[in-house]
Amino acid sequence: MKRLTLVPLICLALVGCDGPGDEKEDAPEPYASRYRPLPSEPVLFTGATILTGTGDRLDDADLLVRDGAIAAVGQNLEAGGAARVDASGLWITPGLIDVHSHLGVYPSPSVEAHADGNEITSPNTAEVWAEHSVWPQDPGFVTALAGGITSLQILPGSANLFGGRSVTVKNVPGRTVQGMKFPGAPYGLKMACGENPKRVYGGRGQAPGSRMANVAGYRKAWIAAADYAKKLEANENGEGEKPTRDLQLETLAGVLKGEILVHNHCYRADEMAIMIDVAREFGYEIAAFHHAVEAYKIADLLAENDICAAVWADWWGFKMEAYDGIRENAALVEKAGACAIVHSDDEYGIQRLNQEAAKIMGAAARVGIEIPPERAIRWLTANPAKALGIADKVGTLEPGKMADVVVWDGDPFSSYSRVQRVYIDGALVFERGNPKVNPATDFTLGTSAVAGGAQ
Amino acid sequence: MRRLDFIRSALAVAAVTLAATAHAEVLAVTHARVHTVGPAGTIENGTLLVEDGRILAVGSGVEVPDGARTIDASGQVVTPGLFTPMGQIGLVEVNAVRGTVDYVQRGEQFSASFDPMSAYNPRSTLVATNRIEGITHALVAPAPSWPDELGNRSTVFSGLASVVNLGDEDVLVARNVAVVANLGETGGGVAAGSRARAFMVLSTALDDARDYARNRAAYERRERRDYSLSRADMEALQGVLDGTRRLLVRVNRASDIVRAVELAEAQELEIVVVGGVEAWMVADRLAEADVPVILDALGNLPRDFDHLNARLDAASLLAEAGVRFAIGGHGAAQNHNARNITQSAGIAVANGLPWEKALAAITLAPAEIYGVAGEIGSLEPGKRADFVIWDDDPLELRSFPAAVYIGGKAVPMQSRQTLLRDRYLELDGARPPAFHDP
Repeated sequence: MKRLTLVPLICLALVGCDGPGDEKEDAPEPYASRYRPLPSEPVLFTGATILTGTGDRLDDADLLVRDGAIAAVGQNLEAGGAARVDASGLWITPGLIDVHSHLGVYPSPSVEAHADGNEITSPNTAEVWAEHSVWPQDPGFVTALAGGITSLQILPGSANLFGGRSVTVKNVPGRTVQGMKFPGAPYGLKMACGENPKRVYGGRGQAPGSRMANVAGYRKAWIAAADYAKKLEANENGEGEKPTRDLQLETLAGVLKGEILVHNHCYRADEMAIMIDVAREFGYEIAAFHHAVEAYKIADLLAENDICAAVWADWWGFKMEAYDGIRENAALVEKAGACAIVHSDDEYGIQRLNQEAAKIMGAAARVGIEIPPERAIRWLTANPAKALGIADKVGTLEPGKMADVVVWDGDPFSSYSRVQRVYIDGALVFERGNPKVNPATDFTLGTSAVAGGAQ
Repeated sequence: MRRLDFIRSALAVAAVTLAATAHAEVLAVTHARVHTVGPAGTIENGTLLVEDGRILAVGSGVEVPDGARTIDASGQVVTPGLFTPMGQIGLVEVNAVRGTVDYVQRGEQFSASFDPMSAYNPRSTLVATNRIEGITHALVAPAPSWPDELGNRSTVFSGLASVVNLGDEDVLVARNVAVVANLGETGGGVAAGSRARAFMVLSTALDDARDYARNRAAYERRERRDYSLSRADMEALQGVLDGTRRLLVRVNRASDIVRAVELAEAQELEIVVVGGVEAWMVADRLAEADVPVILDALGNLPRDFDHLNARLDAASLLAEAGVRFAIGGHGAAQNHNARNITQSAGIAVANGLPWEKALAAITLAPAEIYGVAGEIGSLEPGKRADFVIWDDDPLELRSFPAAVYIGGKAVPMQSRQTLLRDRYLELDGARPPAFHDP
């Protein structure tokens, strides 16, 4: 417990506590979101099967969207001037959210000139921000939209112990990343366990060359960050000099203050357990373990610590720390009462997170774990929203939330179902087969005979 | 195809003879919805009879002989075992563990003749993981070898590909059915330069192999000009030149596909396009030349400049144009997750491909393309009893095989993954899971 006294911040993780943030109000927030919802008309969907994202399934139900927000969900809703859309036979879900994407930072075409997702020059690059690499013209944004993705977190790669800041965006292809940034979404910090950092740097004869040096690297950095945060706080209280601004420490101190959420790439169960103790030692919280291939081995520990496990359905065997992957992983996490998320890490997988979830449901059912669609949809909506700190705005179809809505032509957990329409903040941004609605990036213009690249 | 028909009828005769003389146990699967993917089509309330590892009969009015072991498959679906048409199952355990990767090779000594089958491991965890999900056959092919850190490179040829079943023994269905070559951007990459150079390396190799065959004696006496390949490689190409061995060409861009078709026509080769994301743009040309495609049906992004026109409905467009095609696994899903070809096939259906053609694209079509349809790929009398009993529609994501048969034998429905799953199904905390196994 002695180590806990190292934590310098009284208002650690408390929302709304005053502190160094005060002076930011004088200066404009750098790289602020300039996202503006597209113009939209009120619309009433009637007679649909609605998975609300709260765990409910409503049959033959209506959804009213007005002013870019969810106005009402239920039976026999009044249109009140809204355009009526007969959605009988269709399914409606919240917009899907991918908690782990590299769209824009590792875009298509995946040429070296575009590979901007990994700053492989130092094991700690907490100072880099993914948004400074995002290429908004990545055709992958459009194909992801056709798969129902309305928000996504774009992360730096996993070569480093601290990869840098992530950015959460709305999947409305823009000219600038600022035009896509999810308004009010907290930043994330990408951390990585295991094979990648030790391989990259160990291969160069520098630290970390082992898992124990990985952990030493995290601890050294957190010690420096705690010191930096303490000096900042003291200065605000009129004691001592303000430390020179340090981008790397600023991000880490942001984590210690609870303003920046930790997204930790970590495959093995034993390493996740170590990382939970690292977080405890320095007084920060882990929002989610990503690529948590072995989460099922410590599902109870994840539940106890309220940490989400973001997983693939069935990737395994591509490296040693992925050798123990099983399809039931997310289901076992859910069964233990922890927060399960299905993520993609892949420009193809992001197009069908619903199908990835379906494979998990099928595998789980074979061992007697029945996960109905209304529960499974949370793996792609409410749970990633929670891990990203945007659950008050998206992730469920509850009145007042942003109207990010997907209309499916059938059960989203069938291989034969496809996204029919996508709305973001109430605006229709994708309609299958309708090039008048669908975006097409600059890159596909004139290079591809496939309109929009999102067939 | 004539050759295949002959083999098929010969086998049917053999099977009937066998049935008349042998007294092995007969297995009867009854009351199933049977998708034969053969001339009998789909049979409701069908019966499948198996004897000595071969299909004895399949149909709706088939009588179950006395003493037969009967499996009531009411409400279930029977299909041929699935065939993943391109990959490296059995040649890899963990991609990032170099010692377990046997599907690449570099250096001058071997190219077209590189035969990885001596490395094939039927006990690989990939085998059980995939077969309990319905995959009974695989094409096992070497992959393109990019230059290593020492600068060692291979040529446009990856080597020889074979068809295996995913059983424990007698796994070889047909050895060295094809030579695999790389054109387009990949070909340029492995062949040190332009894709045009890759094409020249390929056509020069074929010319050399042809000249060598006509002048073997002179070559032995060292009285022939220098060739671009080793003797082993030129021998490996003889089957390609006489049409008994296919030339699999990894190629995606439409213009490169046309070049490959032109080469095949000029030299009378049996080529197969592998990848083929832009094949839909030249589908009529492929249909006319009867060049089949092993399609990457999910590669719908411009991942490189050879994939600019990739699209999810490519399978349906090829089908409409009359191009023969099989659906392959996408990217990494060729090996560890070859089981996901059902997902690829289902997505093709969602994008316009008729369901029956989608099932054929992962069963009979690859068998025909690789010249083994006389033995496998559909449920017809005389063929090997490689089949799957599914709890539901095999192309649905939540379906799973109730049983998988290879050569008439049920495979254990167990893999390393089911063992891990069962070990961690209940975390009771009393004793570490390591103590829990039987």
